[in-house]
Amino acid sequence: MKPVNQKAWLLVAPVLLLVAISAIIPLMTVVNYSVQYVGSTGRFSWVGDEWYREVLHDEKFWNALWRNLVFSGLILAIQIPLGVLIALNMPRKGWGVPACLVLMALPLLIPWYVVGMIWQMFGRVDIGLMGVMLRDFGYNYEGDPMDAWFTLILMDVWHWTSLVALLAYAGLVSIPDAYYQAARIDGASKWSVFRYIQLPRMARVLTIAILLRFMDSFMIFTEPFAVIAGGDPVFLSTELKQTVELGKKAAMSIIYFLIILALCWVFYAVMTRNDGEPGAADQKQTKGGGA
Amino acid sequence: MLELRDVSRRVSGVDHLSGISIRLERGALNVLLGPTRAGKTSLIRLMAGLDRPSAGSVLFDGQDVTGRPVSKRNVAMVYQQFVNYPGWTVRENIASPLKVRGTAPAEIEREVKRAADLLRLRELLDRRPAELSGGQQQRVAIARALVKKAGLILLDEPLANLDYKLREDLRAELPRLFADSAAVVVYATTEPAEALLLDGVTVAMHEGKVVQAGPTQSLYREPQDLATARIFSDPPINTIPAAAAANPARFAGATTLAVRAHHIRLQPRSASPDVYVTQVESIEINGSESFVRLDVRGQHWVMLARGIHAFAPGTSLTVYVEPEDVMQFDAAGQAIRPRREAA
Repeated sequence: MKPVNQKAWLLVAPVLLLVAISAIIPLMTVVNYSVQYVGSTGRFSWVGDEWYREVLHDEKFWNALWRNLVFSGLILAIQIPLGVLIALNMPRKGWGVPACLVLMALPLLIPWYVVGMIWQMFGRVDIGLMGVMLRDFGYNYEGDPMDAWFTLILMDVWHWTSLVALLAYAGLVSIPDAYYQAARIDGASKWSVFRYIQLPRMARVLTIAILLRFMDSFMIFTEPFAVIAGGDPVFLSTELKQTVELGKKAAMSIIYFLIILALCWVFYAVMTRNDGEPGAADQKQTKGGGA
Repeated sequence: MLELRDVSRRVSGVDHLSGISIRLERGALNVLLGPTRAGKTSLIRLMAGLDRPSAGSVLFDGQDVTGRPVSKRNVAMVYQQFVNYPGWTVRENIASPLKVRGTAPAEIEREVKRAADLLRLRELLDRRPAELSGGQQQRVAIARALVKKAGLILLDEPLANLDYKLREDLRAELPRLFADSAAVVVYATTEPAEALLLDGVTVAMHEGKVVQAGPTQSLYREPQDLATARIFSDPPINTIPAAAAANPARFAGATTLAVRAHHIRLQPRSASPDVYVTQVESIEINGSESFVRLDVRGQHWVMLARGIHAFAPGTSLTVYVEPEDVMQFDAAGQAIRPRREAA
């Protein structure tokens, strides 16, 4: 047998150390909490899967999870098509390009908590612009969870659609002119150009956009916390915040984490199932299209 | 046959093409040769019908097609970038022009197979463009152009993005591929060597004008003017004012003399060559040839010498030019044909 060179361990050691400190150790600490009962004196006692069972039998948890899923689903269903639509209509050259890019980037530059505060003001039925306008239709986010929910969706769309638009735009501008010419020569309709040229060439950036938007919206915390101070509707994150017992909190965190991990993996697997490995000699000219 | 009659194109006050009149026949490879920005792509877009000429007319088989939209013209085009539908397999890509036309599936299958065999894509039919190398992607694009059976096939520097080895392979195959297509084939390139290899007819372009058009060999051997000689030389052609020549009496009437890099020799060939004493400026060796940059009475020349030479920069070097290799041009840059018998 060939002798194994044990020195290789030395070379991967720094990476292992980094990953251990940044991910494994904190995660395992949480896992540790989730299987223990922490007494008031700081004494730990083993409880096994009791916290998990409690969380999974908690109706509040399931309601929050359901709300989270619907929220993320709506966010994706609105923001992805809207972002692509905006990107398709953004100018390709001239002074309009920087103007559009700056305008689109503005919401992204605002701290999340401030966004929450802005919308809290905006939606107030006594002084907020939107609140006053919608007051006559019975809108009141402080009283009605559905209205609060509606406000949060609107806020997220306002806050994050431009990210999707910017990513989609980046994908679009990387398509060489020759593709559009070729489509004209083939007599392709506007829809065919979108369906067979623009959409496939945007696929990778859209994968990233969907993943980012899904994770962010699923983990939403700051904005609802700012707008509705953790009241109804309750998301997993705000539910987590309200939970008092350390062990239950930990168990919830682990479940929350596993859900996100699993869903992201599903998204990624579904969206990249048709991708071949990028050609070794991929076009020199069209870099970025596939990146 | 494709005919352009006095065609020009102006875009926001800038002449992209002016006064172009050429006729391109079916069955021959028509090469548009010229440096970048000579107007090759503009001309190709005009031929395709992607752009409208500002003046003049475009005739195809005697029919005026000026202003007819590209989708109604039955044109196929291959680009410098490898343009294929990214979401479709190679088979679907090649079949796409036939599908649009509503060809019967059995015939599509037959045509796709034929094109795939011709372009050696048989094994790759079920892959997607992104899974192919650059050379293979360009083959798919060429196959798509071939199956379309278009009356006009336009290739705009199709090999420019390929690396050297792939370029050579595909270049050698091109004349064969288009040999039995009944189309007018137009091939734009910046490389004189490519025009020579493809043979056929060459249209030399410079700054939006056609400087000379005709059989490739005659354009290369007997350029009508200095511009054509420059376009059709790589390394660049060497010039010297006739007055500064080694033997001005030989070239009476000429203003400028020009000689190609491989016609500058280290040994004389005849009894009475022109002898130039030069200064070596630098030397580049590519393995079997040496490009020697020379200073000849204030002119910068490039000599292409077989084999590897080690001339130190700054040393003096005597080179020989045979009078029959010298091209002569008058003050307007027009060629003066030497009368060999008299010389």
